[in-house]
Amino acid sequence: MEEENKTPLYNKHLESNATLVNFANYKMPMQYTSIFEEAKAVRNLAGIFDTSHMGEIEVTGNNSTEFINHLVTSDISKLKKFQAKYTTMLYENGGIIDDLLVYNLPGKYLIVVNASNQEKDFNWIQQHKSGKVEIQNKSKKYFQIAVQGPNSEKIIRRITKEDPSNLSFYHAKAEIIANTQVLLSRTGYTGEDGFEVYGKSKDAEEIWDKIMEAGKGEGISPCGLGARDLLRLEMGYCLYGNDITKETTPLEANLSWVVSLDKENFIGKDILIRQKKEGTSRKLVGILVPGKRIPRHGHKILIKGEKVGMITSGNYSPNIDSSIAMGYINKPFEKEGTKVEIEMRNTQTVGKITKLPFWKHGTIKKKKLEIKQSN
Amino acid sequence: MEVKIPKDLLYTEDHEWARKENGKITEGITDFAQSELQDIVFIELPEVGQEVMQGDPIATIEAVKTVTDLYAAVSGEIVKVNKLLESKPELINKDPYDEGWIVKIELSELAELETLLDSSEYKIILEEE
Repeated sequence: MEEENKTPLYNKHLESNATLVNFANYKMPMQYTSIFEEAKAVRNLAGIFDTSHMGEIEVTGNNSTEFINHLVTSDISKLKKFQAKYTTMLYENGGIIDDLLVYNLPGKYLIVVNASNQEKDFNWIQQHKSGKVEIQNKSKKYFQIAVQGPNSEKIIRRITKEDPSNLSFYHAKAEIIANTQVLLSRTGYTGEDGFEVYGKSKDAEEIWDKIMEAGKGEGISPCGLGARDLLRLEMGYCLYGNDITKETTPLEANLSWVVSLDKENFIGKDILIRQKKEGTSRKLVGILVPGKRIPRHGHKILIKGEKVGMITSGNYSPNIDSSIAMGYINKPFEKEGTKVEIEMRNTQTVGKITKLPFWKHGTIKKKKLEIKQSN
Repeated sequence: MEVKIPKDLLYTEDHEWARKENGKITEGITDFAQSELQDIVFIELPEVGQEVMQGDPIATIEAVKTVTDLYAAVSGEIVKVNKLLESKPELINKDPYDEGWIVKIELSELAELETLLDSSEYKIILEEE
């Protein structure tokens, strides 16, 4: 039997009486109180998430930039120091190995990958090693805590040395919280203003407590994987294993914005060039499904009784008061407004292809504008 | 997290509970079941007056994790349903043994109560899960 891992915040979750589940071989909190209440807290106030199960891979050495650029679909040579980029890493056939974040930090690149993929990613990166590079899997050494929601800036400001209000999205900085060195990044997976804090595992509990204390008056709630999954789906963000897999390419998954076909060769580029020219045969779309029946991964999408696609993620959104889903649908049925039926258990439920995100009031948009104006 | 298993109730292997009340039972899902299902989104209740057999699916519970049926713990007639759950399905999550009750069934065969589990037997089933 494979060993079950615990994040450095495991005892905190036990103390808070969280419902724990096994996720990517980690004992993780699914919920503390209620998934819906936690998701509402993030939309209205603030939430804190233990995301320490995510993997961290560090790449150092003189050829790091070219090396990583050959492995991922975005052009990371354009990243300024302390800037981050969301991107994908592909197999030769264009299938997605993982979606990830690349940070350009002083003297190194930090690659943040999905927990369930860390071994696979690390091995893939090792196998393709070329030039002067060093690759290290630091996943166990680092904790990661996400603070998300409209009040997150106020909370972080209370505990950092410098005012974080002008820190741009997808940028990070070295900070000190609770007398320890951390990397503070303005990133997240919820569509709300928010931060992710990276630091050494031994400091995780102290920083969690510090953030909880600073957030007490701001309505901060500990949030589990259930809320995290719902919030990302409300934004139409992909989840690896559901919406993107080795069977899907970034162009099919609407991730053309993380594909830079003008940069030099990278793994999977040929297929993407062909797909761009010829078009893909299917597309990942958002589907609004009025009511409370929840479409689930694997449910068939039908038009006039004929199968035209498959649901990859679904949930009920209390914020929108409707069920929502994403799925792949064959062209030419991908157009907004197209009516579909979803085959669930013993019923068919009507849905409509809808522009993403489902949740249109995320504070990230407003905040981006504010930062732009003040910088 | 420790799940609650009240001693004065009867249980099924499918994680329903039943409370005896003069020839009737009140039925719902256990604390374990609600925590496994995660947030419950809606419930489709049966009609009052419906005759059911022990083990029949009588209600559909749609929750974040999955959709599941509620099975009749005993045979008999449905004499009451918890209409409040239609607007507040979360009561099942918050209070599965009291406010989150689902149906009341008038027993047609009292002997069927003997086929249900007591709390210590149900506890053993949970330990095996």
